[in-house]
This record gives sequence, structure tokens and C-alpha cells, in this order.
Amino acid sequence: MLVQPDRVHRSVYADPAIFDLEMERVFGRAWLVLGHESQVRAPGDYFTTRMGREPVIVVRREDKEVGVLINRCAHRGSMVCAEGRGHAERFVCPYHGWSYDRGGVLQAVPFASGYDKGKLPAGLKAVPRVKTYRGFIFASLSAQGEDLETFLGHARASFDDFVDRAPGGELEVAGGVFKHAYNGNWKLMLENHLDGAHPAWVHASSVAVARAAPEPGKPGEEHYYDIAVRQMRQNGAPDAVWEAIGMWTTPHGHGYMGDYHSDDRLVAGMGSPVFEEYRKILAQKCGQKEADRILRVTLWNTIIYPNCSFMSQFRQLRIIHPIAVDRSVVHAYSFRMKNAPAQMFRDTVAFANVVNGTGSWVLTDDLEVYERLQRGLSSGAVDWVYVGRGHGRDVEEPNGVRRGATGTSEIFMRAQFAAWLRYLSQ
Amino acid sequence: MKVDEFLYHEARLLDTGQLEAWLELFTDDATYWVPLEKEQRDPLETSSIIHDDRTLLELRVKQARHPRAHARQPLARTVHQVGNVMVLSEEDSEMRIASTLQLVEFRAEKQRVWGALVEHRLRRVGEGKAGSFRIAHKRVDLVNSEGELDGIAILF
Repeated sequence: MLVQPDRVHRSVYADPAIFDLEMERVFGRAWLVLGHESQVRAPGDYFTTRMGREPVIVVRREDKEVGVLINRCAHRGSMVCAEGRGHAERFVCPYHGWSYDRGGVLQAVPFASGYDKGKLPAGLKAVPRVKTYRGFIFASLSAQGEDLETFLGHARASFDDFVDRAPGGELEVAGGVFKHAYNGNWKLMLENHLDGAHPAWVHASSVAVARAAPEPGKPGEEHYYDIAVRQMRQNGAPDAVWEAIGMWTTPHGHGYMGDYHSDDRLVAGMGSPVFEEYRKILAQKCGQKEADRILRVTLWNTIIYPNCSFMSQFRQLRIIHPIAVDRSVVHAYSFRMKNAPAQMFRDTVAFANVVNGTGSWVLTDDLEVYERLQRGLSSGAVDWVYVGRGHGRDVEEPNGVRRGATGTSEIFMRAQFAAWLRYLSQ
Repeated sequence: MKVDEFLYHEARLLDTGQLEAWLELFTDDATYWVPLEKEQRDPLETSSIIHDDRTLLELRVKQARHPRAHARQPLARTVHQVGNVMVLSEEDSEMRIASTLQLVEFRAEKQRVWGALVEHRLRRVGEGKAGSFRIAHKRVDLVNSEGELDGIAILF
């Protein structure tokens, strides 16, 4: 057995045949996060992305629904849409000019008299299931399977937090996309984002320099990077803080971290007039009681297995694209709360630059460790990877939710591999 | 010192690992900017690969020296090849200088090549033969800034 209660076999990270199976059985079946409706507002707006290894076009169709099309011409197989985003009346293949409407239906074929009309393909292959949850776009390459709400389960609370925090619920992708890559397996990133035992080691250098940074400025004297300095310092929190945070998992391998960053520590508690203004706007939009409830939620990192990681409080969302067993690409998005003070989005951008950016002080050390992991795991001399921290002490909660005995429990990895095994065994 | 000599000097400091001396080339109010997007105008509401003031730049150099800076210990070996140096404008206080950068980086069995359009804003310090410059602003537009990039732990 490759997956056991407290350990997994190294081949799940290093064997190309297992990677091929993952693409078919995990990425080929699960609901994947593709993006946000603000990226495709009007009919014809589109962006390209990947679902596992499949290149896809996400497009707002004529009927206002979001469609997802395999980006491959029905004729000879060229990608019809160059990578990127934009607005299109039709998608026209660059090779022989076959054209498709916004729903992917074949419209025109040059030299059409050469074909028996009934034998032409109908169009671009459509991804069978597409759904949105509170503005976030999901799709599944499998026609059958659980509905999205069941798949998300209690992890819906993290998306709710993301959206509820935006006054009027209005969020948009903005501020540029970091695209970073590493020579390592896709699972390594998802396993890192809920790991409360790694920051003290991996991020020791950025913790040290953040401690040497100027103190965050008083109101009116802020530095544009204060928010990021606070986060880097927080990575150096004492062990007891990490042990005390909440770590929950769901039966689908999702996980989320809470009770860690309260707004008091990062923004509100600084007596920031910007946050006070935001709090007022939020209360105007949804009432004081609801605003208070929203701001009491302290969720931090959330993993939606198998392709997404986000931080609702900081409006950062990352989507992972597996390229090969030992190569992964991550696209990191920032979101703007449309009705919030402009400074809050500037904080989001500064946070992205210093923490999640390709040249940042924090992410670069994570990427280095992923690559060292991959090199170590490619050795056949040792078989097992241990995921046993806190094993046997997990706490059962309602609806299949489990909580780690401590905040540094590796429960999130065990949950991911339990889901992985289910996908692989089906 | 002539402008082109100054830029070669700056490159040499980076290529020989003299990061603290390199930092001294910057004015106290300097900014160092590696935009994420082509022709990016705004560093505050669009992300940047690096957007540092003098304080952050100093901390970046400090991080490189930290014994547990995993992506930076050891530092990559680099060659900065500066070319096409042109004076864009010259006023009493500041000069705007355009140049191109080709950079070869090697670390951990990975060699990478970078290309960039660079703009410096330089201020004169000292006179005559002892005269030199300080960097008030440096902007590095990487040709692949919008691409899918492995982690960046070098200075351009």
C-alpha cells in the first residue's frame, strides 16, 4: 500500500506512471477551481487556463453562463486560442481557419465542400460540468460525480468569508498575476500551506529581517510594506501560538487554518483609520450585527484539494497546475474589494509582493525547499515519507470534519492522502 | 567617472558578491523596481517582482547573508552584461540613463539567462576625477516578467 495511516510511499511524488494516473483520476474527476466571474464579465470575455494537463478556455457565453472549452481545434488539434485573456466574437483556429462561437459550436469551415456536412465535428469539446460558488468558477472534466456543494462541504465557509468580507459582496481579480514554477511535485505546495511547523525553519531568514525592519508606522506615517512586515514577523510566532491554532479537514481533502491571524493583530488593532472606514462601509452594506459576525471569523489558509490554496483575509488565491511529476506551475491572484478603501487593496498588493511573489522574501524559500524535497524523494534508497505528527489524536466534529489535536498536526496531509487514495482507487 | 563606467562598476559589485557596497550606491530616498507587467506604470495597485525602497533593499541584502536563507545560501553566481548605454535626459540634479542587461545566473545545477531593459536615474556626487554617481531609481523590465518563472533570489 502506497498510502498508510501515518506514512506514504515516496513514489507518489516521483513516479511518472502515478502522475499519469493522478491526472486521469484526480484532476480528471474532481471539481477544480478555475478563477472568478470578474475575469469574464461580459459575453465574449475569456481567459485561458489549464485543468490538470488540459488547456482550456473559460468564456462568458452568449446566454451569460460561464462555459469551459477544451482549447483544441476539432480539426487538427491546434490550440485555437493563444494563451492569455481578452474578448472574442469567435475563436478562430490559426491553422485552417475553423471558427467557433462563444459556446464552442463550429460556425464556419473553409473549403467546406470537401466534407460531407453531417460528418463535421460539432465544435470544441465542452468541459461537462461548470458551476460557480459565490462568484468563484469551478469545473470538472467528469460528467458524473458529486455536486459542487457536497464536494466543498464545510470548506464553503472559507469562500463565504472571502466574499462576505467584501462590502456588498463585490470582489474582482486585480493587480496582476504572479506565475511561479518549481521543479517539484504539485502535492508539495498543498502540503506546505497548512504546515504550521515549517515557518520557523523555512522562513527563518525573512523572520529575522522583518524583525530588523522599522516598526509599523502610526496612522498617517505608515510604510507601504507594513502589512507584509507584520506577516513575516508573524511567521516567527512562538511554538505555542502554532500549537494553539485551529486546523480542520474535510472528507474531500480540503483543509483550513483558523484562530491564527485575528484582524486585531494585522490590521484593525493598529488603530488604522483605513480599517475603521472599511468597518463602517461594511456595516452600511450589511448591518452592524452582520458586519461584526463577518469580522469575527478568523480563517487563514484554506486548501481546496486538489488545485487551490487561498487566504480569504488577504484576498490571495493560488491555483496549481501540475506539468509533470517533478514540475509544477502556480498562478497567484489578488482580489480587490470594490467598495473598500483603496488602501486596503494597496495592502493586498504589498502583501502579494513580499510574501507570495516570485521574487519575494518568503515564497522563494518555499520554492527552494520544494525542489530539495523532490531531489530527496527521487532517491530510491529510502521508501517512506512520514506524515504522523498528531496521528491518532484527531478530533471528530460534525459533518465529517476533523480537527487536528494541535495546530501543527499533520492531519491536513493525512486528509489529502485519504482523498487521493479514494480518487485513485475509483 | 563616466556613466557607462559607473554602470559597469555597479554590475561588477553584484557579480563579485559585494552586496553591501552595491547598496551604498543607492541614495537614501532610492527606489528599486522590477515590474511584473509590461509597461507597468503603477507599483502600488499592481504587483511587482520587486518593489523596494532603500529600507527594503537593505533588508533584502541582509536576508541574503542570513545563514538559513535557503534560496540564497549560497548566492547564485552571476554575470551582468550591461550594454546599449544611452543618456535619455540630463538635468542639473539627475540624469536618466537607459541600458540593456543580459544576465547569466547559475545555482543548484540550474543556469538561467535573463534579458531586461533597464533605466537608472543617477545623481552626481563629487567633482572631476573623484566624481561619481548615486542611484536614485533603478527600474528593470525583464523580457519574461509575465512568464512562468522559477523563484528569483538574485538582484538585477
